[in-house]
Amino acid sequence: MFNIERWKEIFQSIKKNKLRTVLSGTTVSLGILIFIVLFGLGEGLKNSYSDLFLRQANNVVFLYPGKTTKPFGGFKTNRRIEFDNSDISDIKNNFSDRVELINPTIRYGDVIKYKLESYDFSIQAVSPSNQYIEGNVLMKGRYINQKDIDTKSKVVVIGRLVARDIFKTEDPIGKFINIGSRTYKVVGVFQDLDGDNQESYLYLPYTTRQQILMGSDKVGNIAITFNDKLGGSGAIKLENEIKTFLKKKKSIDPTDPSAIRTRNVADELDRSMQFAGALQVIVAFVGIGTLIAGIIGISNIMVFIVKERTKELGVRKALGAKPSEIIKMILTESIFITSLSGFVGMFVGIIFLNTIDKGLQEYFITRPEVGLGTALFATLVLIIFGVIAGYIPAKRAAEIKPIVALNDE
Amino acid sequence: MIEINKLHKSYNMGSSSLHVLKGIDFNVEDGELVAIMGSSGSGKSTLLNILGMLDNADDGTYDLDKIRIENLDEKTAAEYRNKFLGFVFQSFNLITYKNALENVALPLYYQGIPRKERQKTALSFLEKVGLKDWATHLPSELSGGQKQRVAIARALASNPKVLLADEPTGALDSTTSIEVMALIQKINNEGKTILVVTHEHDIAKMCKRIVHLKDGVIVEDKKIKQNILKNV
Repeated sequence: MFNIERWKEIFQSIKKNKLRTVLSGTTVSLGILIFIVLFGLGEGLKNSYSDLFLRQANNVVFLYPGKTTKPFGGFKTNRRIEFDNSDISDIKNNFSDRVELINPTIRYGDVIKYKLESYDFSIQAVSPSNQYIEGNVLMKGRYINQKDIDTKSKVVVIGRLVARDIFKTEDPIGKFINIGSRTYKVVGVFQDLDGDNQESYLYLPYTTRQQILMGSDKVGNIAITFNDKLGGSGAIKLENEIKTFLKKKKSIDPTDPSAIRTRNVADELDRSMQFAGALQVIVAFVGIGTLIAGIIGISNIMVFIVKERTKELGVRKALGAKPSEIIKMILTESIFITSLSGFVGMFVGIIFLNTIDKGLQEYFITRPEVGLGTALFATLVLIIFGVIAGYIPAKRAAEIKPIVALNDE
Repeated sequence: MIEINKLHKSYNMGSSSLHVLKGIDFNVEDGELVAIMGSSGSGKSTLLNILGMLDNADDGTYDLDKIRIENLDEKTAAEYRNKFLGFVFQSFNLITYKNALENVALPLYYQGIPRKERQKTALSFLEKVGLKDWATHLPSELSGGQKQRVAIARALASNPKVLLADEPTGALDSTTSIEVMALIQKINNEGKTILVVTHEHDIAKMCKRIVHLKDGVIVEDKKIKQNILKNV
């Protein structure tokens, strides 16, 4: 390996046969490059999925009231189901072992006014647990608290974009805005990593809204969070139990599919991560295919190189080259070219991934990256197979009788 | 120098086998210049290949400088070839991407001689064949006669006991053929044992002894009056 004379021979051979060297080197570089880029993109896809769910609470079940589609308990079909405050306390009382937070929400539209200007944003009456469930991050002031709920106070927290549109450079905290015919005090501004849409909300206490609606006890949707320890299947079980409980309470056919609908974020996360995982397996499969193609490429080139050099090897043998010398010469050359171009491909791949890092967000690829371990492993695999690919024809060449090799044209 | 007894060689040609050498007895003394003649298919090249350890005999004995050459593995064969033999081929067989000097130095590389010394020795042999000024030229930049002289220098570089030349003038015109044969005579006059395979009578007459092969047997073996060439 560290015989200077042999290295000189090899460098001469490499230098004098540039096309051959470039050809085999490119095959190896490309193989590694494509593998690393594909693997990185797959990783980026997975990152996108996990980020999407990490930005909001994922131990959440949403309950939506709908209309019955089956007659039951003396009620006709097509009855509108509504949730009210008693449902909240019932869930709280019956599932206290697993349910942690309950967030009733009432969504409505109304005119928003500040200093003679009108604005149009989404309005939701919520409970304090909304902050956790939506993943709102406070920038200024405070969020809606339990005291607001208890005293039905006329306060509002607003999203970053709402604050920017209405108050421009003014400090919104402590200012008053009109929603419909009532005046609310702005107590907080929040931002949300999920983007512009989430930052265009105004949140006020749900009890305040109920009071305005002539002391109604109705709520719109209910979101509950559950203990993280439940896991995916436990969450689905809890979801079904609550659904069954509410259906029984509201005299709904247990098999009615649309009277009460639910959405389980944990379940969705599981399925999405499975999807992302499957995608990554496919991508890795393609990457490995590329590696194999690279290996086959080197094998072909090595066979070709040995074939091309058969006569030269015959001459060398006639001049006294031992078979082991021939093998070492071809093998060292093969290892040298594969290693060098393998590492070149690896580094180009890593640099490429780093360069495109930011540019692919819109294609749902976040932080495409490959661990150095994976990259090194793939490169080493290719080099090892390059050596094997070189060894077989080299050994065969070394075994050819010099007279046969010399007669090769 | 060379002693051969009842040498047999056949080649398998699918189902039939071709008996090429049918019991050759043949001795070469130190310092001889022997022409091995015969038409194509007479077995002359096969004989030379066996003498050169490029091919194995089926039967019979072969001694080179009192060393029995038999059952050689490739490694030993390579060592012996390097130490005892120098080859000159019809098609020169120079390595195309090495210059004249590097080609001549190659046998010395396989002897493990250091680079500096290798180049010095190689240059002195190039000088001997009159191509010192062409040392850095690639084979493609040399004429046929020059290539063959480089090949002869390479064959001599490892200081072998015997020089084996297989149709050394086969690819050359008559003027260059005479030049190359003059060089071979000169080397022979310095004491080197040389075997030349040829089918040309003119070339054979420039040697000191002619061995005539026909159908795998020696039909004639005679010393001749050498046609001595004027060295150019």
